[in-house]
Amino acid sequence: MNGLALYWRYIGISVRSEMLYPASFLLRLGSQFVVTIIEFAGVYVLFERFKHVRGWGFAEVALFYATASIAFAIADGLSRGFDSMGPMLVKTGNFDRVLLRPRSSALQITGREFALSSVGRLARGAVALIVAIGLLKPDWSAAKMLLLSWSVAGGASLFFSLKMMEGVMSFWTTEGLEVANTLTYGGEAAAQYPLDIYAKWFRNFLLYFVPIGCSLYLPVALVLGHDTGAPAWLAVLAPATGFAFLGVALLFWRFGVGHYTSTGS
Amino acid sequence: MSTLALPYLSVLRVRFQLMLQYRTAAWAGVATQFWFGAIRVMTLVAFYVGTGQQPMNLPQVVTYIWLGQAFLAMLPWAPDAEIAVAVESGNVGYERLRPVDTYFLWYARALAWRVANTALRAGPVFILAALILPLTAMADWRWRLPTGGAAAALFVASITLTALLSSAFTALLNIVLVHVKTPRVGNFAMGFTNLFSGLVIPLALFPHWAQPFLLWQPFAGLADIPFRIYTGALAGATAAQGLASQVLWILLLVLLGRWWLARVLAHIDMQGG
Repeated sequence: MNGLALYWRYIGISVRSEMLYPASFLLRLGSQFVVTIIEFAGVYVLFERFKHVRGWGFAEVALFYATASIAFAIADGLSRGFDSMGPMLVKTGNFDRVLLRPRSSALQITGREFALSSVGRLARGAVALIVAIGLLKPDWSAAKMLLLSWSVAGGASLFFSLKMMEGVMSFWTTEGLEVANTLTYGGEAAAQYPLDIYAKWFRNFLLYFVPIGCSLYLPVALVLGHDTGAPAWLAVLAPATGFAFLGVALLFWRFGVGHYTSTGS
Repeated sequence: MSTLALPYLSVLRVRFQLMLQYRTAAWAGVATQFWFGAIRVMTLVAFYVGTGQQPMNLPQVVTYIWLGQAFLAMLPWAPDAEIAVAVESGNVGYERLRPVDTYFLWYARALAWRVANTALRAGPVFILAALILPLTAMADWRWRLPTGGAAAALFVASITLTALLSSAFTALLNIVLVHVKTPRVGNFAMGFTNLFSGLVIPLALFPHWAQPFLLWQPFAGLADIPFRIYTGALAGATAAQGLASQVLWILLLVLLGRWWLARVLAHIDMQGG
C-alpha cells in the first residue's frame, strides 16, 4: 500500500469512528458552526456601523474572511493528530510504536485523527464565500477562481505546517503549547482582514516571517483588483511559500523525531 | 450563619489554592491573550480611521478590548471540568450524599474557579497593556485607567456582580451537563456568550435600535456592563440600569438553577459500581 492509500485508509477509519456517536458528532459540528458563524456576524455589525475599513467594503473583507476560514478549516481537520501528540504519545512513550512501523512517522500522526467536525468551520467559510460572491457579483474568469483555490491551498499548507511544528515542540515540552495558538488561531484571525489595515511591523511579520499573507492576502487582493504594491506575477506565485513552509516543517519534524527520547514504559 | 456557610467557604478556599498551582499555564494564556488583544485592537483602530462621532471613542474601545482579554477567564465557557468527569464516571451520585446544598456547593466551586483563574491572568495582561505598552511606539493602544473615582468604584461593584453572574451560568452548564452527558454543552453557549457579552464587538457599537435589548439580556453582565462603566461609556442612570440588569439575572439564574438541579438530581440513574 503506498502512502496516499494508507492515508485514505486512516481517514476512513477516523470518520467511521466519529460516526459511531452520531449525536455527539452532530453536537460538535453544530456548536463549531454556531461559534464561528457568530464571529462572522460580528464583522457584519462592524461594517454596519463603520461602512468600510481603510477603503475595503464588507463584501471584499468577506472574501478574505472566506479564504482564511476555508484554508484554516482544511488544515485544522487534517492536523488534529499533532494537537494531542504531546500528552498522548510523547509523555506516555507510545510514540515508540509509531517509530516501529515501517511508514513515515509524519504520515502516521497526520492520519491519527481526521477531525470531521472542522466541517463546522468550513461551513462558516462557505457562508462568507456565498455572501462575498452574492454582494460582489463578480464576472470571475476561470483564472481568478483558480487563483483563489491556489490561495486557499497555500494557506492550508501553511497552517498545517504550523500545527506540525507545534507537534514537534511537544517532543521537548510533552504538552500542548497554548502559545502556538498565537500563530495558528491568531494567524487565521489576522488573515480574515486584508493585511494592509494593520500596523506595518505586523503586516511584514505576516508576509515575510510567517508568510500567511503571501497565500491569503496578496492573491485575494489581486482577485479583487486592489493594489498592494506587489506586482501581479508575485501575487500569483506567492502561495507557493505555503508549500515551501511545509518542507521546512518536515525537516523540523525529522529533527524532532531524531531528538525524541522514549520514556521507556 | 457562619457555620452554615463554612463548607462553601472551604470549598472556595481549596479550589482557589488548587488553581493557583497552574502558574505556567496561566503565563502561556497571558501571552496568547495579549497577542489576540493586539490583533483586535489593530482591527478596531483601522475601523475608526476617518470615522465620525461614535457611541464610544477609540481610547474607550481599546481599553474595553484589553479589559476583555484580562477578564477572559470570567466568561462561563465550559462546565466545571471535575463535575464533567464525575458525570461520566457516575460519581456525581455522591453529590447527593454530602450534607450540604448541592447547588451552592457547585456555585462556590464555580466562583473559586472563575476568580482564581481571573486573578492569575488579569494582572499580567494589565502589566503588559497598561504599563509596558505605553513605553513603546504603540502607546496609543494602551489600556487606560478609569476616568474617575466614581467609575472605578462602580466598576469594582459591577465586576464583582460579573463573578457572581458567571458562576450562576457555570452552575447551569453543570446541570445541563448532567442531562446530556457530554462536556461539549458549553460550546453552543460559547458562541452566544462571546457575541452578546461584547467580547467580539463592544455592544455599544451594535445598531442603535438594539441597545435597550442588549443592556437587559443576561450576557451583557458578563463583560460589557463592567467594561463600559470602567471606560465611562456607561455612567449615571444607565450605569445604575446596568447594575440592576446584573442583579436581576443573578437572581433569576440562581433560582432557575436551584429548581432545575433539584429536579435533575431527583431522577438521576446510577449504575451500581
